[in-house]
Amino acid sequence: MVVARGLRKSFGSFEAVRGIDVEVRRGEAFGFLGPNGAGKSSTMRMVAAVSPPSGGELRVLDLDPAQHGSAIRGRLGVCPQEDTLDTELTVRENLLIYGRYFGIPRREVARRADELLGFFQLGEKRDAKVEDLSGGMKRRLTIARSLINDPELLLLDEPTTGLDPQARHLLWDKLFRLKQQGVTLVLTTHYMDEAEQLCDRLVVMDGGLIVAEGSPLQLIREHATREVAELRFPVGEHTALADRVADLAERVEVLPDRLLLYTHDGEEALARVHERGLAPVAVLSRRATLEDVFLRLTGRTLVD
Amino acid sequence: MSDPTERVAGRAPLDTATPEVVEPGVAAMLGRQLDYWWTVFRRTWKGSVVSYFLQPWLYIAAMGLLLGGYIDDASSGVGGAPTYLDFIAPGLLAATAMQVATGEVMWPVMGALKWDKTYYGMIATPLRVVDIVAGHLAFAMFRVASAAVVFVLALAVIGIFSSPLGLLASLGSALLVGLAFATPVYAFSAGARSEQGFALIYRLGVMPMFLFSGAFFPVSNLSEPLEWMARLTPLWHGVELCRMGSLETWDSTAVVHVTYLLVLAALGCWFAVRRLRSRLVV
Amino acid sequence: MAVSGTTLARSGAAAERRHGGPPALLHRNFTVFKRGWVFFLTGFLEPVLYLFSIGVGVGALVGGFTLHGQEVDYTDFVAPAMLATAAMNGAVMDSTYNVFFKLRFQKTYDAVLATPMGPRDVAAGEVGWAVLRGGVYSAGFLLVMLAMGLVSSWWGLLALPAAVLVGFAFAGAGMALTTFMKSWQHFEYIQLALIPMFLFSATFFPVTTYDGALRWVVEATPLYRGVVLVRELCTGLVTVESAVSVVYLLLMGAAGTMLAARRLGRLLLT
Repeated sequence: MVVARGLRKSFGSFEAVRGIDVEVRRGEAFGFLGPNGAGKSSTMRMVAAVSPPSGGELRVLDLDPAQHGSAIRGRLGVCPQEDTLDTELTVRENLLIYGRYFGIPRREVARRADELLGFFQLGEKRDAKVEDLSGGMKRRLTIARSLINDPELLLLDEPTTGLDPQARHLLWDKLFRLKQQGVTLVLTTHYMDEAEQLCDRLVVMDGGLIVAEGSPLQLIREHATREVAELRFPVGEHTALADRVADLAERVEVLPDRLLLYTHDGEEALARVHERGLAPVAVLSRRATLEDVFLRLTGRTLVD
Repeated sequence: MSDPTERVAGRAPLDTATPEVVEPGVAAMLGRQLDYWWTVFRRTWKGSVVSYFLQPWLYIAAMGLLLGGYIDDASSGVGGAPTYLDFIAPGLLAATAMQVATGEVMWPVMGALKWDKTYYGMIATPLRVVDIVAGHLAFAMFRVASAAVVFVLALAVIGIFSSPLGLLASLGSALLVGLAFATPVYAFSAGARSEQGFALIYRLGVMPMFLFSGAFFPVSNLSEPLEWMARLTPLWHGVELCRMGSLETWDSTAVVHVTYLLVLAALGCWFAVRRLRSRLVV
Repeated sequence: MAVSGTTLARSGAAAERRHGGPPALLHRNFTVFKRGWVFFLTGFLEPVLYLFSIGVGVGALVGGFTLHGQEVDYTDFVAPAMLATAAMNGAVMDSTYNVFFKLRFQKTYDAVLATPMGPRDVAAGEVGWAVLRGGVYSAGFLLVMLAMGLVSSWWGLLALPAAVLVGFAFAGAGMALTTFMKSWQHFEYIQLALIPMFLFSATFFPVTTYDGALRWVVEATPLYRGVVLVRELCTGLVTVESAVSVVYLLLMGAAGTMLAARRLGRLLLT
């Protein structure tokens, strides 16, 4: 569906994407994970055929975006990071008008619009103005709109950023169903839980490069241990205490508010900590998540 | 653009045998935007009744009829027209075309780029930059045409035109004026980052032209350097053309006027597509 | 807690001395305005361009008019009308579009009213700002008229306060009307009032052009009152018409400002 080799994008002297290789297969859900400024959105815009690559090669649906941008876009669905809904139109009108841009006959657009409104639970709001929708509803409408042309490939740029938990779960459910219907999904996110829930495969991007690639499970196995033990001590003591527990884990991570012990058995590690007479304020043993992988790979500096 | 010399070493280049892809032409893409512009029309037409249809009439009544009465008492004929009304009517026709055209491609373009971002939604579909420009300009020209047709018909009722041919010539000229203003101003708006420039375009471009390009009085009444400046403005060429139509005083200079306006429209188109592309496709 | 009634208003006036009052809002507007000096300059251009186009260009075709038995050049006739129109336009722009934007979208007044300032301060501040800006424009225009020799009497000195008075009348009325507006579409009605007034209020030709009832209607419009006042002062041909105009414009401005304050209180403090 998407093949990129050595793909690069620069804006003036700034290199947003610095040579990445990606391959997305039909029917899978593929994720770009990374902090803000990692180059995810730039990559997505190139795949969406609205941003010419600065170097390398790119094929989307076996076509070259530089030559056949319009034809590619006709077979894609794009859900941009920022809603581009027409706020002065009603919910249904937004779908109808958008569908027409794809050259779909009016009757057919109307049928699909009603179907999508049902699927995304917007049927009751069909004649409401977009202005009056909640954030979650707007997002659902944007995604519904991106599906109006029955796309082979759906691009979602941070689909749930800024939504409350209920709205996010509803959206995940919908995306999961789409995937089951065979729609290929490509999404960017900086939420670990989202990537774990939705993606079959993902790449972690940082500074315009791909730093890791694989399924969520593979990545956890490769870049973290099976379990993590978290130890919380009074503020300021973490660095000093790190040395005293260093031999209990494969790796110890010092965060400002806690210590992370990467180990195959969290409970075991905690028991040994207590044996040494250390008394943490709070402890937690949990399975390693993508968040651990992410923090390990992209560093701890806050990028905003 | 992908540079073949930059291929990643040690790997075969990606398949470049491009399948046959037939893209629809601009006309087909215009058809696809019809529904959108129709809804825009439905929600905005009421707001423009006063400025598009009524305002030219108020000028005709105040300047052409009432003030014109005093002017016709004082002199016999103005700039080749038998009465002041005959002189000012085609001038106001051209000026109206200019004002409608510029108004339609200033704030609405800014809105589609900055506030509602509708252009960004459009460019994610098979529509290309050139289709988006064509769609918006077509709508602007529809507004110009509707304002011009209403105006011309009303002028016909008060006896400004002596033949249907003259009426059609004036109407065509007004449309040409609209196009010659719509495309360059669109190009400006497509690249503008803030709407502040519009006030300047209006105050330093549209309004001085409205007042000094021969719509209200012959440019020969201006001092020589100013007269030449007025003769360089697109509105003056448009006013002259419209007046030739209504007074039926065609001569070979019409070719100059038409060429000037066509060249301006074509250059504007070219810049419009270019500037919108560099804004949307980055 | 809408302030109503004179007693409360008077105690409010005492409090004003402690907080910013209307000048605080003037200062806010000026701060915003400093960034847009180019617009200030070009806004001044509009009436000047009309003066040159209609007054001078078209004037060459007209000749002149007889005013109170005296022959007046067309340029001398039109220039004072442009001065009054400029004062009207400036005041209406500030008190309608800008106020509406701040009231409904930018929520400037909600923020202002969260401070010790009250709705009366807001109304007086905005009207004051419109008058101030109109006054500066008018002064500039008057200088152009002086340079062109279009002020032929010492009465002309009073043309500036007269123009400010016109601005006050329209700013008050404009602001009051704005508090009743619900959407931008309603501004079409303002245009619907302004454009005919501009064209037909004896600005470009004498009021004697009209007969009977029509003439009464024209003479009752606020712009006509402003045009007559400024024209009589600039030409030195002052009659009782000017006195009528002064009273008319003062009442209009005061009533508008008071109504605006009351409406703002109702809109924002509920």
